[in-house]
Order: sequence, then structure tokens, then C-alpha cells
Amino acid sequence: MPAESPSTAPLVLARPKALPLGRWFLTGIVLIWFAILILVPSIALVKRALDGGWGPFVSALMSEDAQRAFGLTLGITAIATVINMVFGLGFAIVLVRQKFWGKALADGLVDMPFAVSPIIAGLMLIVLYGPTGLFGPMIEKTGFRVVYALPGMVLASLFVTLPFVVREVVPVLREFGVEQEEVAYTLGAGRWRTFVRVTLPSIRWGLAYGVTLTIARSLGEFGALLVVSGNILGRTQTATLYVHDQIESFHPEGAYAASVVLAGASFLLLVGMEALRSRVAANEGH
Amino acid sequence: MVLINVVMGTLTAWVLVRYPFPGKGFVNALIDLPFAVPTVVTGVMLVALYGPSSTLGAILGKYGLGVIYQQPGIVLALLFVSYPFVIRSVQPVLHGLDGAEEEAAATLGASEWTTFWRITLPTLWPSIVTGAALSFSRALGEFGSVVMVAGNRPMSTKTAPMYIFGEIESGRRAEAMVVSTVLLACSLGILIALNLLQRRKGETLAR
Repeated sequence: MPAESPSTAPLVLARPKALPLGRWFLTGIVLIWFAILILVPSIALVKRALDGGWGPFVSALMSEDAQRAFGLTLGITAIATVINMVFGLGFAIVLVRQKFWGKALADGLVDMPFAVSPIIAGLMLIVLYGPTGLFGPMIEKTGFRVVYALPGMVLASLFVTLPFVVREVVPVLREFGVEQEEVAYTLGAGRWRTFVRVTLPSIRWGLAYGVTLTIARSLGEFGALLVVSGNILGRTQTATLYVHDQIESFHPEGAYAASVVLAGASFLLLVGMEALRSRVAANEGH
Repeated sequence: MVLINVVMGTLTAWVLVRYPFPGKGFVNALIDLPFAVPTVVTGVMLVALYGPSSTLGAILGKYGLGVIYQQPGIVLALLFVSYPFVIRSVQPVLHGLDGAEEEAAATLGASEWTTFWRITLPTLWPSIVTGAALSFSRALGEFGSVVMVAGNRPMSTKTAPMYIFGEIESGRRAEAMVVSTVLLACSLGILIALNLLQRRKGETLAR
């Protein structure tokens, strides 16, 4: 049946006389595996965090260190997201629209932060900007610190989240083509106006999806920040570093509480992403 | 680790695409949870579940099956963080299969198993390899969750990223750079190989 559409094909395939036992068996295995790997640890975490009721949970979150850590995380995430949104968008447009020497190389290298261990990302920044690094002494002279301070942490977040916006916008932009923009030009719209009124609306869901991924990743970034930040209590300690610190210093309650908040935030982002993804799919559909 | 992921990931994608069951949307959405949850939180989850102070951890410990601060904990952490890769790369391909070839095979008298083995699997193969390579490179560099569950004992529960971190902390940057370069080369190699694979796949599709 070649005319069969993909969505109905599985129904045709699932012949009723094929023994359902095997199907239930496979589904069972998959569900059990999923439960062991994902569900049970998540539930265990929430249960442990609320072991002593809501009181200790809230007070663990209200501690000054925890508050500062979450504040710092939010700040870094906000800065990194805005910068990466602008530059990621620019990068994507250049990658799709312009032809230049070394384009294939740039295209490949955008993905590098995905492949590099976050620890190594942090090490790169230290090697570059650290007190004994390549540019470090130069910057230090101007009284500006990068490593073990906020700029380094923002740089680390930027590095690990660079590919998200680019990767999400590039395919949408490629799909979109240039015809509508050309129409806008012919009708007398300027470059900026065309971008804001024609290009931006058509790629907005892809962009939003990339931004959501960026937020999720920089909220949870740990390895690169651990290396770069120096983990100075109350000054360069982010939420994830706080969790790590609490476990190391045998205060698991604080770690559990903060973890639940982080996990909850990422869960919400995940739900948002699912919604966005269906929007993107619907957008590409017509 | 990658082997488990390949088998279970393909199976999960298969079940998710082909079989209807209650709560499917829920499972499908939560598959991505390991991507969204901070790695440190993953580690904390595992500690909360299997740690020495938890019920399950105490029971396992009685039988001498330590998970946390042992290698099983590391494997669990890596399985968790790389769980979605194979599923997410196989799922769309499986969705795109229209089942015509499988039906033809079935009409010609092939059993379900033969059909899967001879028809479906060869089609899925590139995407399985892609997913496996992605989860391998992710597991290579994974740090946050491993550092929480591994006791960082040399030679037994110390992974390469942890070694690098230790060397940085103790001021031996040269050693850290050497190991980093090796790790970097590995993950870049995987990335390039994947790119080539995708390009070849594109050419086969274009033909």
C-alpha cells in the first residue's frame, strides 16, 4: 500500500492476530527501564527533600548562601541568554545567507561546545585569561578580572550554550528562503524593516526554542563554571556549585532542596520546549 | 554503557513509535528530562536514591552491592545523562518509515523477527550509530553527575574529566592540558565522523 500515509501505517502494521504477548512484553521492558532510570531517581529526590516536611525545605532555600547562589545563576543565565540570542541569530544568518571562505569549517566548529567536556571548556578559559595565561596579565593590568570572577563565568556559559540558537535557527532560516524578503524590498521596505517585519516573525519559534535550550543549559551548567569560578562563597557560587558544595560538606538537606528547585525549573522548561516544538512543527508543516 | 543505550534506546524508540499504550505522551515528554536537568542534580538524585543513608542504599549495601562511590554509580549516572540520544535519533527515522516495505516482507511470508532484522534494522542503522556516537562522546566528557556519585578514588572511580579537574585544582596545569587534548581529540574525531556520515546519508537520499 504505497499510498498509505505515515501516520496511519503503524495501525495497519499492528495486525490483531500477531500475538500481543510480545508487544506487551516489549512495552513492559521499556517502561520498567524508563522507570528505573528516570522516574525513580526523580521521585527519590523529591521525597528526600521533603523528608522533614516543608519547614526545613523552605528554610534550606532561604539561607543566605542559597539565595545568593540562585541570584547569581539567574543573573548569569540572563546575560548569557541575551548575548547568545543576538549573536546566535547573527551567526545563523551569516551561515545561511553569506558565502565566505572557511564556511564549512565555521559550520562544523559551531558544534564544538557540544562535543567538548565542560571541564575542558573551563580549562581553555583559564589558559587564555588566567593570571598566568595568554591574555591574563594584559587584562589584569587594567584592573579587570575575568577568571575567578563574573566575566569568566559569563564567558563559560556563553561557550557551552553557543550552538543552541544557531542550530535551531539555521534550518528554519534555510527553509524560509529569501523570496518574501525580496518581495518586501521590492515594495520599498528598508533592510531593518524587512528584518523586523518579515524575517523575524517567520523564525520566531525556532529562535524561541533555541533560547529555551540556552536557558536550560546555562541554569544547569556546572563543570565549566566550577573550573572558572574558583567557587568563592557568596561571590562566585552559582546554584549548581552550591548543590555540589552542600553535598561535599555533608549538608545534604540544602543540596536536596536546591536540586528540587533546579529540577523543577528544568522540568518547566521541558514542558515549554514540548509546546514550542509542536509550534515549530506546525509552522514547518504549512 | 553505550551498548546498553543502543539496545534499550532502539527498543524504546520502537515501542514509542509503533505501540499505543496509556501514558505514552507523558513518557515521551519525560525522555528529554536528562537533557534538561542539570548534571549535578542528576548526581544528587542518584545519591538520594542509592546513597548509604537511603533505604534502598542500605539494603544494597548489606549485600555488598555499593552503588554510590563505586563504579555502578558512575555507569548509572552516564546511562542517565546519555539516555535520550539514541531514542531521539532513531525515533524520527522510524516515524518516517511508511511500513510498505515491511508489509511487503510480511506478505512474502517473512516472520516478524526476520522482517525486523532484514528490513527495518538496516534502515535504522545510520541513526542508531549517530545516537550511539553522541552518547559516547557525552559520556566521555561527563563531569557534573559523575563527580557527585564517584568517590574520586584514583584507579577505581576516577574518570578522565575528574582527573583533569584534580590536576587544575592542584596547580599542575600541564598535566591537565595533556589529558584535555586527548579527550578533545576524541570528541572532535567523533564529531567529524558524524558529519561525514550525515553527508553520506544526504547523498544516498539525494540519489
